[in-house]
Amino acid sequence: MDIRYDAGNYDVVVVGAGHAGCEAALATSRMGCKTLILTLTLDAIAMMPCNPSIGGTGKGHLVREIDALGGEMGINIDKSFVQSKMLNTAKGPAVHSLRAQADKSRYHIEMKKTLENEVNLDIRQGEVVDLIVEENRVQGIVTRTGAVYYGKAVILATGVYLRGKIYMGEVNYESGPNGLFPAQYLSEKLKEISCNMRRFKTGTPARIHRDTIDFSEMSIHAGDEEIVPFSFLNDKLEIEQQPCWLTRTTAATQKIIMENINRSAMYRGDMESVGPRYCPSIEDKMVRFQDKHSHQLFIEPEGLDTKEMYLQGMSTSLPEEVQEAMARTVVGLEKVKIMRPAYAIEYDCIDPTQLKPSLEIKHISNLFSAGQFNGTSGYEEAAAQGLMAGINAVLKLQEKEPFILDRSEAYIGVLIDDLVTKGTNEPYRMMTSRAEYRLVLRQDNADLRLTPKGYEVGLAKKDRYEKYLNKKQQIEEEMERLKSTIVSPEKANFLLEKLNSALIKTGISLYDLLKRPEISYDNITAIDPNRSNEILRDAAKQCEIIVKYEGYIDKQLKQIDQFKKLENKKLSEEIDYNGIEGLRLEARQKLNNIKPLSVGQASRISGVSPADISVLLVYLEQKRRQRGGSE
Amino acid sequence: MIYIDDTITAIATAPGEAGIGIVRISGEKALIITDEIFESKQGKKLSDYPVRRMTYGYIIDPDRNEKIDEVLVYYTKGPYTYTKEDVVEINCHGGVIPVKKILELVLRKGARAAEPGEFTKRAFLNGRIDLAQAEAVMDLISAKTDKGFDVALDQLEGALSKKVSVTRQKLMDMLAHIEVSIDFSEEDIDEVTLDYLLHKSKEVEKDIEVLLKTADTGKILREGLSTVIVGKPNVGKSSLLNALLRESRAIVTEVPGTTRDVIEEHLNIRGIPLKIIDTAGIRETEDIVEKIGVEKSKEFFNKADLIIFMLDISTKLTKEDLQILELIENKKALILMNKTDLPQKADLDKAKELIKNKKIIKISLIEEKGLEEVEEAIEELVYKGEIKAKDRLLVTNVRHKNSLERALQSMKEGTEAIEKKMPLDFVEVDVKNTWEALGEITGDTVAEDIIDHIFKNFCIGK
Repeated sequence: MDIRYDAGNYDVVVVGAGHAGCEAALATSRMGCKTLILTLTLDAIAMMPCNPSIGGTGKGHLVREIDALGGEMGINIDKSFVQSKMLNTAKGPAVHSLRAQADKSRYHIEMKKTLENEVNLDIRQGEVVDLIVEENRVQGIVTRTGAVYYGKAVILATGVYLRGKIYMGEVNYESGPNGLFPAQYLSEKLKEISCNMRRFKTGTPARIHRDTIDFSEMSIHAGDEEIVPFSFLNDKLEIEQQPCWLTRTTAATQKIIMENINRSAMYRGDMESVGPRYCPSIEDKMVRFQDKHSHQLFIEPEGLDTKEMYLQGMSTSLPEEVQEAMARTVVGLEKVKIMRPAYAIEYDCIDPTQLKPSLEIKHISNLFSAGQFNGTSGYEEAAAQGLMAGINAVLKLQEKEPFILDRSEAYIGVLIDDLVTKGTNEPYRMMTSRAEYRLVLRQDNADLRLTPKGYEVGLAKKDRYEKYLNKKQQIEEEMERLKSTIVSPEKANFLLEKLNSALIKTGISLYDLLKRPEISYDNITAIDPNRSNEILRDAAKQCEIIVKYEGYIDKQLKQIDQFKKLENKKLSEEIDYNGIEGLRLEARQKLNNIKPLSVGQASRISGVSPADISVLLVYLEQKRRQRGGSE
Repeated sequence: MIYIDDTITAIATAPGEAGIGIVRISGEKALIITDEIFESKQGKKLSDYPVRRMTYGYIIDPDRNEKIDEVLVYYTKGPYTYTKEDVVEINCHGGVIPVKKILELVLRKGARAAEPGEFTKRAFLNGRIDLAQAEAVMDLISAKTDKGFDVALDQLEGALSKKVSVTRQKLMDMLAHIEVSIDFSEEDIDEVTLDYLLHKSKEVEKDIEVLLKTADTGKILREGLSTVIVGKPNVGKSSLLNALLRESRAIVTEVPGTTRDVIEEHLNIRGIPLKIIDTAGIRETEDIVEKIGVEKSKEFFNKADLIIFMLDISTKLTKEDLQILELIENKKALILMNKTDLPQKADLDKAKELIKNKKIIKISLIEEKGLEEVEEAIEELVYKGEIKAKDRLLVTNVRHKNSLERALQSMKEGTEAIEKKMPLDFVEVDVKNTWEALGEITGDTVAEDIIDHIFKNFCIGK
């Protein structure tokens, strides 16, 4: 690796073109920075090496937020989905979550096209083996072929490639996902520059041939009749949707697994890394929940131009030959043929408490990171971080304040705050239960929450912003109208009777009627003749939610007020917490390590007590007065 | 959640000591809260009077329409106060009951119990106290976290915490069921039913109501300090116990459900709940060391918070006596020399070294002499002469009660939401609030708990 040559200068160099890397590179180039994106192979741009779907509970929220800010994931899945479903519709609007089955190859092609069409963006195949760091500031990268690309900022989005190692039973070997090469050198360099690296693992089930599946005993799962697009830019989408199927393991499956459990890479003790609890292997499920004799499996298409089907629920690190025998015990898979075996993969990632909330690595200026490299799991989590790392890299180069979303503003805020404040002991997955202000962080209002912010930082473009303004105005006007439109008993009672709702004796506003659980915006159309035909479905939906759940939403808004008070008490990164008398030793160490940006963030660090927070507040006031600040 | 500028309240006087008690309220809602609970002689609100005027009237519990005490109330507007916030001071009769009731009422109306040193902290944060005092303020705050500040009190809190934890576990189950139904709705698990939730929420309501009832009668702290009475046979252990029981008859309670195999007596000495353990051994007038051996006895003493060692002043010190003295050398113990009605023969010189840090009281149970002193000594021992501690005991109790009341309120709202068939994610808000309010008593409210609980109990994953 002695040969090196100067391959060019960029504002931003993005390492990796998975879901994090693509969002990062698109954000930086769209915000005006000359950007280079590097990937081991161009054929793996936006590859989906695991499940063939985007979204799901919590994750769907992330995609809507990415879209609202001006990211690409929502637009790209809208171009390439084969089935769409809104999950949790029987529950409240806050936890409705969109999920789409993707045509994997189409998803890849569409994203690649988008990258290719971006004028500020160069795409290059190559393995990054070294970082150029001078005086704790990153200057660029070196590829395996000796090309030196200088970049004022570098974003690492290496996924599971760093020292990737595949496990199948007794067999293990160095590899990236899906038969691709691993990246063998970059980890060493990162350790050299004091990055605290850890080893995580994840896994994926087998892909099976469609023609070897007997669907007759399986139940079919179709998409929704009315498709809600992921992107706020799309009002309506119509496609012919593909179904998924549901089947089950049998007692024979359990038997084979238990007989071969000692051959599972996980149980052999070959792997010391930590895997995600929400994504256990089938053998793990069998061992931990032995009373459960049958587990459900979904069979999902990998795309329109392939007969490969994804066997959701059967990820495993059992040997290849056991895998096929095991699969053939599943109802409808008696004659199945595996096309790609299941495997577990181990990889290097960073301890995310080494990152700032802007996703810049604390001790190396202008080096940012995103995605699985930061200890998360999932395409959506990766994309969300990629977008934020991209935005913040640009803002850093523009010498502007970082763009940080807090926990009351977005799931993205929850995700990043959790990572950089608490760290994670397993690949981190988004869940709605992680968001304490869930009722206001809905997927349906992501644009209202975030588009103005995305527009302000310069990523969301004018068309998106105007769409947002229009919707906002419609909501405000419609809310006013609902409050001021009074219906008389004569007019309303016939309908109320029909809806099993209490009759009225005096006039009542539409607003108050809508508060009743049994009454929806749609079913009062008959007594609301002045309703505008122009009103957007989305805007009407917002009004309905706001009216119906006002009490609860108000409760949450009050909690947010309290939360914001502490978030707004800023802490400088320069503070040496060892010098603050009154802080407990543990708190001093933790605070020095995390360097929180606000008192609020400090309060979420484990090991920092409310008394420590009080001490911090006193300290801040003390400093303020020493600086001669007056009231 | 940590609050920084809400309205806080505390008792500003040492309760039970002074002729008057003062409850102080500071923050923007000080006057609004007072208006809800105060009525002047003329039937007006405090806000109808000019500021900085002592106004005479009554504190009335508006929810129960009950007159609590006659008071003098004084309102000063910020920034001309100690904390620079609006401050109301309610002067009521001294003694524990009125002060406690008023404090409870103020809390129920939306104030929060102040942390130790919080008034001073605010005074500083709001620019009242000068910079030189900042260090002192920090010390004040951090003193709260010092271990061993009051072991006895911690134990009392521990007893309640245990009960609350049982209820919190039920709430955790509800939360995990709700969350798993939301976040893993496509997984192979049974969706939580409204019936299940309703059943659980009613159960939790009942739990909290029971705890609240005990809080009212002071029974909340009934677990008490484990106390051991030791001494050789016939030294008067049973008589002492009976005498103490007689003294506190009014507040003695039986713990429902305790088996009588291990006899425990609960009594209350000057507000300090004691749990006399293993009294069976005492009644059978057996010698503890002889009965269970030296090692076991040591262990036994180590578990006790308080040891009362009785000697017979009319007989010489025995080997057993010295043995016990050695065992309790480093324990919080009280030495009683009983039978002062008989001629004194015991010679404590032999044990000088062993008892040098212990309080020795001469009593006669037959003549009923010295009991007063015993109680005083117990009180002193527990509080280590810290008057503050007593205050904290009271406030802790009131604070717990307030947390319980808020928990109950949230659970009732939750039950209502379930009955109205509100979506799960809304029900969750009330369940979580209940869980968090109870968490103020047990001292933990970590969100990660729920997720751990889910993964432990449900088989999920792709």
